[in-house]
Amino acid sequence: MNYETVAKFAQQGGAVYFFLIFLCGVAYACWPRKRGEFDRAARLPLDEDD
Amino acid sequence: MGDPLSSTPSTGSARAAINTGGAPAYLIASIFGALLFTVATVLSRDPLFQFQGWIFMIGFVLASAALTIGLSSGAFNQAASRYMDNVIKAGVIATMFWGAAGMLVGVIVAAQLTWPNIFYFPDFGFLNFGRIRPLHTSAVIFAFGGNALIATSFWVVQRTCKARLFGGMTAWFVFWGYQLFIVLAGLGYLAGITQGQEYAEPEWLTDLWLTIVWVAYLIVFLGTIWKRQEPHIYVANWFYLAFIITIAILHIFNNLAVPVSLLNHRSYEVWSGVQSAMVQWWYGHNAVGFLLTAGFLAMMYYFIPKRAERPIYSYRLSIVHFWALIFIYIWAGPHHLHYTALPQWTQTLGMTFSIMLWMPSWGGMINGLMTLSGAWDKLRTDPVIRMFVVSLAFYGMSTFEGPVMSIRAVNALSHYTDWGIGHVHSGALGWVGFVTFGSVYCLVPWLWKKDGLYSNKLVEWHFWIATTGILLYITAMWVSGIMEGLMWRAYTPQGFLAYSFIETVAAKHVEFIVRLLGGLMYLSGALIMIYNLIRTVGLPNTQHANHPADALPASAVLAGE
Repeated sequence: MNYETVAKFAQQGGAVYFFLIFLCGVAYACWPRKRGEFDRAARLPLDEDD
Repeated sequence: MGDPLSSTPSTGSARAAINTGGAPAYLIASIFGALLFTVATVLSRDPLFQFQGWIFMIGFVLASAALTIGLSSGAFNQAASRYMDNVIKAGVIATMFWGAAGMLVGVIVAAQLTWPNIFYFPDFGFLNFGRIRPLHTSAVIFAFGGNALIATSFWVVQRTCKARLFGGMTAWFVFWGYQLFIVLAGLGYLAGITQGQEYAEPEWLTDLWLTIVWVAYLIVFLGTIWKRQEPHIYVANWFYLAFIITIAILHIFNNLAVPVSLLNHRSYEVWSGVQSAMVQWWYGHNAVGFLLTAGFLAMMYYFIPKRAERPIYSYRLSIVHFWALIFIYIWAGPHHLHYTALPQWTQTLGMTFSIMLWMPSWGGMINGLMTLSGAWDKLRTDPVIRMFVVSLAFYGMSTFEGPVMSIRAVNALSHYTDWGIGHVHSGALGWVGFVTFGSVYCLVPWLWKKDGLYSNKLVEWHFWIATTGILLYITAMWVSGIMEGLMWRAYTPQGFLAYSFIETVAAKHVEFIVRLLGGLMYLSGALIMIYNLIRTVGLPNTQHANHPADALPASAVLAGE
């Protein structure tokens, strides 16, 4: 295991890993079942009682 | 809708225990702290350590006295109100006090740069440029910005979680502990205690104290989220949490150091050479990314919808904004080290992530601006909304400028010049300053139960004076920065440098005057604001009930109008 192998793994593997995590984040944000919860959450500051 | 949530069942004994909020424990700790630093100060032979020891001693003695008086008078035994607001009031006062102080020091520093002969104080070495420049940066970033973040986060987390702050007196410990950190750091710089690292000047003892305070802050914030009565964790709390956790990690790793001795103020850090530089700018840029950006975005996501009375434009976008921002920002630090001993691929990595940052930054800016859709008319009538909009405009501008400056070829011109100073101030004065001013203008009438501000006219004055001041500041710095950058790299036909360094300094004199004027205007705006807020606190209290929503039928509240 030399420097090049580790660097290649870190750089390319890192790119794939972060892209996948990003996709997970987008999927969570766009999940259809979550729509109601998020619509309600968008109003949270407005629904306070004082 | 409010009452079922506020009447949480609690027995009499549990309530008493909660209400003293652990004050006896804090009293014992304060007395112990005072004794510990008395002994350490007596034993130490290092005058600068003794200087810090005295500050600690005074702090702990004052805390012991206040806690003793509070406990003996029964002031801590009052029935707990629904939300813990007094600590937020204190935070707002501290924010404005340190803000004015930090900006004033900034004006003095700018004057020293402009007229070094007049503003040089040979009899007061502690007032020289090298000592008070870090005093200015720390005062505005950590004292003004930090207090604003702590105060607003305590407000937002309670309201959006519908829960009182966790940990009793711990919130007060966070507040006063943070003020002690500010005093230790600031007076330390004047005395000459510094690690010489940008935004990380405080030495090991002050760093350790901040770590304790910061962990307590994290516990209060997380504990409040833990006992929330609202199932969803509102997006602003995510931003605050990312800010708190990341600052803790950055602070600890960048300040790993070995003290000369336990009774000496000086320490040597464990990193050396290029590793030290990399860790420093990983810290430095994420202080920008997580303190000056994520934390203030949390303010944006709460105070803009609240003030505009509109829901967030796209809650989905806010989630993508959050995750993209925190994942990308953490990699951008190496752009501070172009053309250094740092490996070039690391520089390129930092530059690439900096350019990618443009997308989440503008996504967030658009989300904030579009939250006003359907309420654009408020721009005309409400100067506080106008302040928020201008803060977002500066956020958009500086997050566009930043990625451009991180490109290696552009950096070759911009680095070490006033362009960097201009860039920082368009973010700090425009974005951070204005979103804080807007939030504080909202908070003061809410906290002190007033119908509104004393004078909207004065907010208008503040707005125009400060906006003009920022524009003068940043345009002057663009001109002087690009000019000195070009002068530094100018060669004669024979291959010699065309200008000596002092010629490049002398060339900037007029720009420095304009910058000083801009800073003075910004400070004047803040002073007008303080006057307005003091008069607001003096207004008669709101006449109608504390729970205006109670007056509406529940269905109307749920429908949102």
